[in-house]
Amino acid sequence: MQMRYWKVRPYVLTAGRTRTRQPLLVHTLVSVPHYDAVFAAGLLPEARSLYEQARRAARSVAELSAVCGISLGVTRVVVDDLAATDRLLVHSDHDNVDFRLLERLRDGLRKLA
Amino acid sequence: MASANLPDSPLLTSAKIVIAGGFGVGKTTCVASISEIPPINTEAWMTAASETVDRLDPGIDKTTTTVAMDFGRLTIGPDLVLYLFGTPGQPRFWPMWDDLCRGAVGAMVLADTRDLAASFPAVNYFEQDSDMPFVVCVNLFDGVLHHPLDDVRAALALPAHVPLTACDARDPSSVARALLTVVEHAMSRTPRPTAGALAAR
Repeated sequence: MQMRYWKVRPYVLTAGRTRTRQPLLVHTLVSVPHYDAVFAAGLLPEARSLYEQARRAARSVAELSAVCGISLGVTRVVVDDLAATDRLLVHSDHDNVDFRLLERLRDGLRKLA
Repeated sequence: MASANLPDSPLLTSAKIVIAGGFGVGKTTCVASISEIPPINTEAWMTAASETVDRLDPGIDKTTTTVAMDFGRLTIGPDLVLYLFGTPGQPRFWPMWDDLCRGAVGAMVLADTRDLAASFPAVNYFEQDSDMPFVVCVNLFDGVLHHPLDDVRAALALPAHVPLTACDARDPSSVARALLTVVEHAMSRTPRPTAGALAAR
């Protein structure tokens, strides 16, 4: 992975925040509902990088963090900020594991087994 | 980097299964054999994260904290993606486990019968510190089960309600069957939707 040396501590980007409005788990999927190039151009490099990566395809928070080389904690806060203005869509309907989800998983895994 | 195309739908949901176990029991192999993307070693992100902090203090030559944790992805259907997260084995990363395990369907503790003790901490964690469904899976390193599973169960002091199975971590379909055990175990502990809830869908 490409190493980057920041001029500022990572949490300066988040104004010291480490918490998010909604739970963003490592496997929570994030996507860009309507890509806006002008909006993207105005973002800070880290937010822009996350926005561009999520635009390609729905990605999990952990994937975005790894692909963009941004720590998990900062990724969560920046994703949360972008989601608050509906720039990012957080696919958050899986917070509770329900029976139907397990059935879908079971059926999918059976095909691979 | 890994960017195999995912179906891009707002209805796309994700699920997570945690792969735990001691150092060298085959977690990475297990994730790699079934993942559709090259496993992403999160060592990179944790290292980079700490380096950016450490780098600001000249004179302090702290070695970076590396976390050996891999994750992979498996598209289950047009609207469902399964993520597999290997936990960092070293005890000093235990605080990360809670974060990693949150919202998971269940966990699979991999065990190597040549070094069962390596998997004690993971079994302990899921027994004592977590209410997540988990199964224990013996990794068949050379494709052979060297000890009867009953003996392994006794050696791990595993309660009867915890499923114990075996898999060859190099074989995708074997890993899929082991993951199936996790999902079926989770199903047995999840209330079925009532008839009314089904009708409402």
